[in-house]
Amino acid sequence: MAAPYRLDDDSVVVIIGSGAGGGTLGNELAQKGIDVVILEAGARIEHEDFINDEWDSFAQLAWLDHRTTGGGWRVGKDFPNLPAWIVKAVGGTTTHWAGASLRIQEHEFKALTNYGKVEGANLLDWPITLADLEPYYAKAEDKMGVTRTNGIEGLPGNNNFKILKAGADKLGYKECHTGRMAINSADRDDRMSCQQTGFCFQGCKWGAKWSTLYTEIPKGEATGRLEVRPNAHVVKIEHDADGKVTNVVYADKDGKLQSQKARIVCVACNSIESPRLLLNSESARFPDGLANSSGQVGKNYMRHTTGSVYAVFEKPVHFYRGTTMAGIIQDEAGHDPSRGFVGGYEMETLALGVPFMAAFLDPGGWGRSFASAMDGYANTAGLWIVGEDMPQEQNAVKLHATLKDQHGMRIPDVWFTDHPNDIAMRNHAYKQGQALYEAVGAIRSFPTPPYPSTHNLGTNRMSEKAQDGVVNKWGQTHDIKNLFVSDGSQFTTGAAENPTLTIVSLAIRQADYIAEQMNAGSI
Amino acid sequence: MTTIYERRRSPASGLSRRELLKRGTVGAALVITGSAVISPDRAWGVETTALKPDTMATLIKLARDIYPHDTIPDRFYAIAVKGHDTKAGQDPAHKELIEVGIADLDARAGAGGYRGLGWEDDRVAILREIETTPFFQAVRGDLVVSFYNQKDLWPHFGYEGESFSKGGYINRGFDDIEWL
Repeated sequence: MAAPYRLDDDSVVVIIGSGAGGGTLGNELAQKGIDVVILEAGARIEHEDFINDEWDSFAQLAWLDHRTTGGGWRVGKDFPNLPAWIVKAVGGTTTHWAGASLRIQEHEFKALTNYGKVEGANLLDWPITLADLEPYYAKAEDKMGVTRTNGIEGLPGNNNFKILKAGADKLGYKECHTGRMAINSADRDDRMSCQQTGFCFQGCKWGAKWSTLYTEIPKGEATGRLEVRPNAHVVKIEHDADGKVTNVVYADKDGKLQSQKARIVCVACNSIESPRLLLNSESARFPDGLANSSGQVGKNYMRHTTGSVYAVFEKPVHFYRGTTMAGIIQDEAGHDPSRGFVGGYEMETLALGVPFMAAFLDPGGWGRSFASAMDGYANTAGLWIVGEDMPQEQNAVKLHATLKDQHGMRIPDVWFTDHPNDIAMRNHAYKQGQALYEAVGAIRSFPTPPYPSTHNLGTNRMSEKAQDGVVNKWGQTHDIKNLFVSDGSQFTTGAAENPTLTIVSLAIRQADYIAEQMNAGSI
Repeated sequence: MTTIYERRRSPASGLSRRELLKRGTVGAALVITGSAVISPDRAWGVETTALKPDTMATLIKLARDIYPHDTIPDRFYAIAVKGHDTKAGQDPAHKELIEVGIADLDARAGAGGYRGLGWEDDRVAILREIETTPFFQAVRGDLVVSFYNQKDLWPHFGYEGESFSKGGYINRGFDDIEWL
């Protein structure tokens, strides 16, 4: 058979979501001659149509379906219906991501072993090691064209980076450079190089930044074995009497329910929608939702310990010019409990335009302190903190008790409260970030609170034992052999690194496993 | 629709400086006339359809007190808050929220009303009392977008906006810092 596929074709692998996990997995399987249907909730918007305007782009790309929040996090107070800033479109959040592509460190795969028991945290070791993933990291870096790998040059540093680097030197940091970025520093893979446009978060109009939208997906489609169906919002996965999944029910572009049969179903809808879908797929046989015998579906929601430091200088910086995430400091990324917390964090440059700076600098803030900070915009530099947060069972994506979406499915209710370790890490990072900028002459600096989550992780976590998590080391659910999870919700722990490279690497590895198992006839 | 219009500087139209003074307006105060709020130099005006023009004038003042940028003219604050008049015309609950909220500000301010308080600090003290109210939240929450998302204002902040059509910044100063 070749794409497109019929609704009653039960030989296809159905992947739900087309982002880093789903888009990559779809292409990898298609390259092996496996028939794949990707159901994508959002529309297909080609990169030429992206918009260099923060709010207009947000309206074009962001996932804006109704969501609620709970717990002690400030995002829940400032953005009660926007727990996450992620994308609903073909390509998923790879349209919006900044491009930072870092490998998880060896010790982070064994968080429980290396950090020990942390009170209130639900730490666990991954069932895989860095060595298991290394060959796939190498494939992913090549596929994505990550700078400083495969002989690819680093990107040139912009003004924001130059300030970061000068501050890093003053503080004695040694590992500061323009990052390992999935952004072309020279033409590669039929895509052009970065033009320093400054709208990475709004989708790269040049296609210089890797996104499944214009890499994996068209490559998969070219095999004739991949069909991407946009505007197909999955509401439920169904199963047979043996407990095997059989088909996926989705609302099409007209809101009409359709059912696509499947041999295998792979869930790759990001860490909020993936557990939501499994929970909403409850049945008489699985009253707590699919693949949830452990009770861990939706639990251990992680979002990285984040925050930003912005600083105003005497003279202009124009930090919005050029790559949004233009540089990194990795000296604090190790595990050094003498700092008062376990795990580590990265510092990466970040810039916002005036509209988003106003929205995110100090949400809810007003008056002269706020306005004068905005008046310093042209002279501002900034960095983002991204560090390992603690998995906690009560931090969870739950189904809302009463609110339902237009298809009658319960909406996600996202609960998060910082662990004391998260707070200690963030405060350390704020202090270092402010010291860094003050060392190069900042007049005033701002420890800015976390934005709505971009790194959503852990809600269907990978575990050796079925009672501790939702999927095994291949992302296959412990409970249902032909049901897989293929996104960041697999992460056992968060690690300090931006997660996309690991999501892509896991998807490449999972494709090998699925193909083997299909050949062996075991799924 | 709530309209903001540029006014021609014709001496024949509108009120004379002398008349403005007779009406008790001084300095940079906005002029209320009929269904409009007019700038003292009469370069622009805002016509209201649902809210009282007095309410609109206070909203403009309130907007400046929330995000005080001293070198940005009132016109940009007027543009930022005019949506409340449009919305009030469609939604009676919103009209009530704004009118009652502004009346409350005036009541707290005493005899001269909110705009009559000469010092920003005195007005801000009132705002600190009400900053958790749905009224203040609605005004501030809307304003943070409607004010800072005005492209005409971005040059004030030194932000250049869209850059794709100019080829990005690769040849336009992405790494031009010299003072480090």
